[in-house]
Formats: sequence, C-alpha cells, structure tokens
Amino acid sequence: MSVVPVAPPPESADPAATPAAAPAAAPRRDLGLLLVPPQARSGWRVVLARITAMCVVELQKLRHDRTELYTRAVQPALWLLIFGETFTRIKAIPTNGIPYLDYLAPGIIAQSAMFIAIFYGIMIIWERDSGVLTKLLVTPTPRAALVTGKAFAAGVKAVIQALVVVVIAALLGVALTWNPLKLLGVAVVVLLGSAFFSCLSMSIAGIVLTRDRLMGIGQAITMPLFFGSNALYPVSLMPGWLQAVSKANPLSYEVDALRGLLIGTHAHLVSDFGVLALAAALGVACASALLGRLAR
Amino acid sequence: MTQSESTTTTTADPGDPSEAVVCTGLEYSFGQTKAVDGLDLTVRTGEVFGLLGPNGAGKTTAIRSITTLLPVPSGMVRVFGHDPAKRQMQVRRMLGYVPQQLSADGGLTGRENVSLFARVFDVPRRERAARVAQAIAAVDLTDAADRLAKTYSGGMVRRLELAQALVSAPRLLVLDEPTIGLDPIARTSVWECIDEVRAATGMTVLVTTHYMDEADQYCDRVALMHRGRIRALGTPEQLRTEVGEQLELAEPPTLDDVFRHFAGSGLANATENEGEFKDVSRTRRTASRVG
Ligand SMILES: Nc1ncnc2c1ncn2[C@@H]1O[C@H](COP(=O)(O)OP(=O)(O)OP(=O)(O)O)[C@@H](O)[C@H]1O
Ligand SMILES: [Mg+2]
Repeated sequence: MSVVPVAPPPESADPAATPAAAPAAAPRRDLGLLLVPPQARSGWRVVLARITAMCVVELQKLRHDRTELYTRAVQPALWLLIFGETFTRIKAIPTNGIPYLDYLAPGIIAQSAMFIAIFYGIMIIWERDSGVLTKLLVTPTPRAALVTGKAFAAGVKAVIQALVVVVIAALLGVALTWNPLKLLGVAVVVLLGSAFFSCLSMSIAGIVLTRDRLMGIGQAITMPLFFGSNALYPVSLMPGWLQAVSKANPLSYEVDALRGLLIGTHAHLVSDFGVLALAAALGVACASALLGRLAR
Repeated sequence: MTQSESTTTTTADPGDPSEAVVCTGLEYSFGQTKAVDGLDLTVRTGEVFGLLGPNGAGKTTAIRSITTLLPVPSGMVRVFGHDPAKRQMQVRRMLGYVPQQLSADGGLTGRENVSLFARVFDVPRRERAARVAQAIAAVDLTDAADRLAKTYSGGMVRRLELAQALVSAPRLLVLDEPTIGLDPIARTSVWECIDEVRAATGMTVLVTTHYMDEADQYCDRVALMHRGRIRALGTPEQLRTEVGEQLELAEPPTLDDVFRHFAGSGLANATENEGEFKDVSRTRRTASRVG
C-alpha cells in the first residue's frame, strides 16, 4: 500500500502529539530565530562557554534531585563518626597534638570528592550508551573543551559535596577555619583534585570502553589511592615503598592543602596547588585524546 | 530519464552549492566487518533524502561517517563542500543530529535539554531563552517543557530531540530512524514537525527509516542500501515504476515491494558471488535509469 494514512485519528496516548496532527488548523508558529545560525565563538571563549554549559547542567540536575547529595554524605559521616571517634580515643596515630578527628576531616573531604569524581567517569560511559554523549560529540565542541567541561562539572559537584562534609565535621566539633579566603582555597583544591580524578576515570573509560570493566577498575583504584595517601595517617608512618607511592598520589597533595587551609597544619600550599593543577591539565589532555574512542 | 547518478557524484565540484552531502566511495570497517563498502551518494540541498535498507545494511555507519563521529579518510565525504576529516568544526556547526537511540537527558527538563544545545552551539545569552522557546514550540512541547524528560513518552522524547537539533538552525538535519518505536500518531507528528520546519527554513534532511510508507510520503528521493552499498536510487515514484516494469507486474508495486526486490533477496544471495554480482549489475542499471 503506497497510500499512506493522511488524516490520523485525533486520539493518542501521547497528548501533546495531537495538535501537530492537525497542522492545517494550527496557526503558523513563529520560527524566526530558527532560521539564523548563531555566531560561532572562537578560541578560549569556546572552552569557557563549554565549561559553563557542563557546570550549568550539573547544577540543574542537582536541583532536580538532591538525594545523591544526601546518600553520598552518609559514608563520610560514618567515617568521621565511627573511625574518627574511635581513633581519637586510641591516640595510636601521631598527629602533632591535633585531635585525630580534626586530622581526619580534611582527608575524608578529599576522599568523598574523589569517589564522586571517579564515578563521574563511569557516567560518561552511561552517557555514551544512552546517546547523550554521542550527540554532544556532534556539536562544535572540541574534545578537550568537552572533557574540561565535564571535569569542572565533576568538580562543582564535588565542591557541593565537600560543603556537606564540612558541615558534618563542624557539627562533630572539628575546629575548622571560617576564613572565607581559605574556604575559597578549599573549593579550588577540591575542584582541581576532582578534575584530575574525573579525567583519570574518563581516560580509563576511553581505554576499557564498557561500564562493567570500568566499575571494577574504579573500585580497584580508589582503595589504594585512598589508603596510599596521607588521608588517614601521616606519610611518615608508611613503609618506604608506600611513601614513594604516596608522593606520586595527587590525593596526598589535595589532603595536605585541605589540612593546611581548614585546620591550619603546616602545609606546602604552593607545591600542592602546582601539583594539582598540573595533574588536572595532564588528565584533561589524556582524557581528550582517548574520548574519541568512545564514539566509535 | 536522466543522467547517471554516479557520474554526477564523482565529477561534481566539491563546492557545488546544490549539493549538501556528497559521499564518494565511502568505506568503513569494524574490524573484519565491512559496514560501508563503497558508498556513492549525493544529497541535494533542500531535499528530504531517505536512506533505506535492511538491518545491518550500514545506514547508521554511513550517517556516523558523515556526522564526524567515525574517523573516515579525507576525500570520501563532503558536507556543503567541507571535508569532515579536515574541517570537523565547520561541519558540526551545520549539523543537527538525532541518533538512532532515544537520547534526551532524563535528569533535566525538556527546556534544559534544549538549552544545553543552544549553549554548545554558542547561542548568545540575550537570545537563548527565546530561541529555545521557539524550538520547543516548533515540536509542540511547550506545555511539557518544564517537566523532567524522564517523564516523557517515546514520541515526546523524539520531538524533544528534534528541538535540540533545530535550536542551532542547522543547514543539514540528520535523523537516524526518527520514528523507531513510535505509535502511528506520534510518527505522523514527528514527520509533521520536520516538514513544517523544513518548509520554513529550507534545510536539507537526511533520514533513515524502516517504514516504507513514511519514505514514500515524506522523502523527495530515497536510496536503497544493502550490504554497505547503494542498490537503487531515485524518487519513490521512479523506483516503484522501475521495479514494476522490470518485474512486469500488472499493478504498480509499493515501496515495500521495491525494498524486498533489492534487499529481501537474502535467501537468493546465499549462493554468494553469483547472486551478489547479478544484484549489483542490475542495481547499476536501475540507478542509472532513475537517478
Ligand atoms: N560499533 C560496532 N562494532 C562492530 N560492528 C559494528 C558496529 N556498529 C555496526 N557494526 C556492524 O556494521 C554493520 C552495519 O551496521 P549499521 O548499524 O550501520 O547498520 P544499519 O543499517 O544502521 O542497521 P539497522 O537498521 O539495524 O540500524 C553491521 O553488520 C553491524 O553489525
Ligand atoms: Mg541503524
């Protein structure tokens, strides 16, 4: 039958479909703006615009559904409450006279931010499978700009999460700074650290290509990253080889900076920021090079 | 009857403004599988071009080559004169793309989904809201625009994706099975959105579908693809007449019959080379007559 139904019945399970089924009756819509392609941005403005776009999406999602923010606050709260309170009493870990709970809090903030960032890379595979990423790859967005945008979006999410953990820590009586400049520094540190870990995760996604494999690897790397850092105990307690691992672990630098900013321990802020910025930049380069593989 | 399509394709000036997409000997393999195997194709500016063919014919692969998603060597594809291998960004700026699977972000509202695409196509802030609203109105989603996309029905998601593709005023709209899994009414409404916007903007549409009735009704020209190549090409009318004459049928066949004629010979083709060869030579003849 080459004759096709021309006049469809007016009823449909999809209510919004009905008006379109009778275009003759509907007034012509104003499509004026859809006739002119937008003026292209160029250079760094593109990168900035894409970062903004990705961060806006992240904030919009958080606004619609905050449950993840709360469920993800449970684990850090338990770390502080159970592990933190217990080890504060045991006094087994030399912390230069700082209560162990205070010592631990920045480490837990960094840890929860890292978990979010690693999970972000898993999300990019989900976005690939659902076609969302595919469509973004056909927009005038250089790979590096897309990855940077995603990295910053992961950072924004992690900063908001960090805020929740800061509040929990304050409620548990940790003596945190309320100096706004230092808190801004905290946000920048968490942002850079999360940018690196999300890029690490996106790079692995570009290599292994499937969600199952990435889940496994993601879990396998978060544990050594966490325990192989100064988040729970000073690096000086570790055996020599683990100290070397910790030196190469960006999480250690993140924790060091957070500790310095939040509870005023002696920190190497300049080198911490430097290492984190460098790691984030390397991560972006690596992930953008591997991102194209996800499109194939 | 006109000139051979393939002649036009190969000798065409790449910058010819009447040609929206030109594929010349396009090939793409996934490992051992040759998904697209020497595809020659010209989509004319302003037409609705339907790419038809059985599952696995290579339609999606061809589309992903044209939309810069797959790395194809330079010289095989041109989009409005630009080679996707060399000028990805220019090509992407002219494209609106709706992939085969439903792909709106369920965690965002309809409006936010469209707004994201306005942002990534550099729509300036002062006109963003208005442009997004027009794109949403064009697909009849104004009432549902502020609901989360995960509450949408399949037909609504498809129209939302159309709005996402249209918000940047693309010169070429590429739709991979836009009506897959939709009820007949939703299908009609998707096509009517496409038709209305095309009438207003004059954009070119490249579409794949498995519904021959849709191809017959809405496409200016169609190409039948099988095993990575074009087997027949022309207006639906031409193909029907052509096959009717060839098979000496009393009644003119439907486009479904045409489809079976060129692609349904899976059983006949089981005798490999011979069938394949005959198939190709016959197609060449058809293509040159109706092109
Ligand atoms: N990512 C991939 N990896 C390996 N093989 C693939 C991949 N994508 C497609 N193929 C193979 O390439 C061939 C063409 O596939 P393609 O998806 O282009 O067909 P299609 O015409 O779009 O089919 P359908 O109508 O089912 O969508 C098939 O044999 C398919 O198995
Ligand atoms: Mg397909």
